[in-house]
Amino acid sequence: MTTISQPDHATMPGVSTPAKSRDARRVRGLSDRTIAWLFVAPTIALLLAINIFPLIWMIRLSFTSLNLSMSYLPLRFVGLDNFRDILNDEDVWFRLQTTAQFVISSVALQVVVGFGLALLINRQFRGHSFWTTIILLPMMLSPAVVGNFWTLLLQPQIGPFNYLISLFTGVPPSSFSMTGQVSLAPWTIVLVDTWMWAPYVMLICLAGLRSIPDYIYEAAEVDRASAWRQFWSITLPMTVPFLMLAVLFRAIENFKMFDMVNLLTSGGPGSTTELVSISLKRAAFEKWRTGYSSALAIILFVTVFGAANIYVKTLNKVKQR
Amino acid sequence: MRTLRWLRSTAASAVVAAASLGAFGGGEAAAQGKQLTLCWAAWDPANALVELGKDFTKQSGIEMKYEFVPWTSYADRFLNELNSHGKLCDLIIGDSQWIGGAAENKWYVKLNDFFDKEKISMDDFVPATVVGYSQWPKNTPNYWALPAMADAVGWTYRKDWFSRPEIQSAFKAKYGRDLAPPKTYDELKQVAEFFQGREIDGKKVYGAYIFTERGSEGITMGVTNVLYNYGFAYDNPKKPYQMQAIVNSADAAKGLEFYKELYKCCTAPGMTNAYMQEGLDAFKSGQVAMQMNWFAFFPGLYKDPNVGGDKIGFFVNPAGPNGHFTQLGGQGISVVATSDHKDDALAYIKWFAQPAVQQKWWQIGGYSALKAVVDAPDFPKSAAFAPQFLESMGIVKDFWAEPSYAQLLLDMQKRVHDYVVADKGTSQQALDLLVKDWTKVFKEQGKEVASQ
Repeated sequence: MTTISQPDHATMPGVSTPAKSRDARRVRGLSDRTIAWLFVAPTIALLLAINIFPLIWMIRLSFTSLNLSMSYLPLRFVGLDNFRDILNDEDVWFRLQTTAQFVISSVALQVVVGFGLALLINRQFRGHSFWTTIILLPMMLSPAVVGNFWTLLLQPQIGPFNYLISLFTGVPPSSFSMTGQVSLAPWTIVLVDTWMWAPYVMLICLAGLRSIPDYIYEAAEVDRASAWRQFWSITLPMTVPFLMLAVLFRAIENFKMFDMVNLLTSGGPGSTTELVSISLKRAAFEKWRTGYSSALAIILFVTVFGAANIYVKTLNKVKQR
Repeated sequence: MRTLRWLRSTAASAVVAAASLGAFGGGEAAAQGKQLTLCWAAWDPANALVELGKDFTKQSGIEMKYEFVPWTSYADRFLNELNSHGKLCDLIIGDSQWIGGAAENKWYVKLNDFFDKEKISMDDFVPATVVGYSQWPKNTPNYWALPAMADAVGWTYRKDWFSRPEIQSAFKAKYGRDLAPPKTYDELKQVAEFFQGREIDGKKVYGAYIFTERGSEGITMGVTNVLYNYGFAYDNPKKPYQMQAIVNSADAAKGLEFYKELYKCCTAPGMTNAYMQEGLDAFKSGQVAMQMNWFAFFPGLYKDPNVGGDKIGFFVNPAGPNGHFTQLGGQGISVVATSDHKDDALAYIKWFAQPAVQQKWWQIGGYSALKAVVDAPDFPKSAAFAPQFLESMGIVKDFWAEPSYAQLLLDMQKRVHDYVVADKGTSQQALDLLVKDWTKVFKEQGKEVASQ
């Protein structure tokens, strides 16, 4: 039988018996539902104030001509003009394409690297904890710090990265610029993002690998299944839901990637690495096109929300299988 | 009785303390706790202004507080502050291009009445700075700022390298003329090509440093120095906002092409997103023979122990085939309309406008726009770069100062960077697209844009 021991309030310093009974009566006067609401209310109020209200306000602004650098102009209701402008703007489509390429390339690479690292770390070896910590370090850094120090690492004249490449390929280190060349810059942001976030994917995959019961592998060994066969028939299928979760998290994060890319390339050279988030920031806080940028933010929100929903449904189906 | 004695001694101490504070001239107002916040960019002249401001505090008793933001976030930070009617800044040294928006949006206090009352005449200031930093609409007597920091784009070069006999003879053998600070862009390119990749003191050096930054205003502030001199203008002077065949004229396209050639032939590797600081670093580390940068940095460079003094020389932005201009920089000082301390802020401007203060401002590292300072007979000898500064201020041109300047600027950043650094399209296409972008912005602003 389970017994729950209650603290003796009478013996607690500073709590008198009449006070206790008063409190008890007060609490008894409120229903469970009311008490629950009391607990939840501050969070809901905060959510309404800093999430829902701005969202509704933004939706309203998206139908207006508001430009904060020209707030002396009368505010006009422009209907769907902002949305039409965005969807007919070649540049926006180009930015979306750039963003999609970045998201797909970086997430794919992170999954491959992260899963590989997880398979390695899942084995017991000497210095296991040390190496795990080392691998996890990049994801603990701030993206601003990562952006800044990679800018230095990739500097063509003094950065060690170019010297490293030069060592293996013989190409003179200052003859190429990872962040300044149109052909290299998109891959550079993928590389840096993968360096930073592959450990995160590794952690999720590691959780998946550790959740596979040992007896399944033991049974496979009894059946004389090769390591390769075990990987394809047990490890991979059983970690797929975890991998899909990692893909979801990383895809959402990378879709709104701003800080690191802004620091590494500022969207350049030209507009080669200008992700849609950078365009949005420029429209909202540099060009001050509030109405237009609100509409763009809504389009992006709907896109991410829709894609994430479809993905989550697929994930659930995979889990049920 | 003891209480009475204590009260007496306390009162006496207070009188002595007040008197001693008064003797230093700062007591009265300091006791009232008056304070002004001045907002500007974080750079060398800002440090000079802090020094200068100590005199103001000494005279008025008003404490000065400073809010300095790095150039990369200067516009974002302070335009956001002004847009949101914040009270952070009482005084602001805002960029020249903000003047239109600041006046139209009533972010700044209009200074005409104050100038009349205090007998501050705009005729006493260098005309280009009055038009550039104070007036809106341009060329009308409506003043929103006092010219505070005159500035323009100029060039530095390694005087010590230029004067080496072996380098001089090598240059003469190759180009048939003496190696000297360039007077035209063609000469500049020759000199830059000559130095590009040359070994000097066992170190590989590069020809020139030019602005290429993408994020804020860098590449625009660089390319305009060439464009103006090739025939580019912002609009038809007789027909405002008519840009077709002016912004994208064949001459302007040639100018843009030239800037790209200069970037490709003669800059250090990796300078794909470089602005003021990268230029200073490149020059200070002995990497480049010539550097494009703002005059504001030249006092600091002249003092540099490695490349300053006798080793550094200065020259005015070279001429092009169709003119001789340079990009205006600099700022005016304004009173923020939402400030609770407008009278004190105006008192600061009155103090700052005095010739003696302006003279000191120039001496300690700021750039005065007061004629009494810059037109003084001994001014050209007062600093190594003073003659070039004076000449530059006579040939300046500025970017749009419309309320929509930020959109216009970012459009130009994109089109120019796309062409120069990212090799996208031709120079003509880049400028055609720029006209299209700018036309759209002006139409949104309700302006009539004539196509021809």
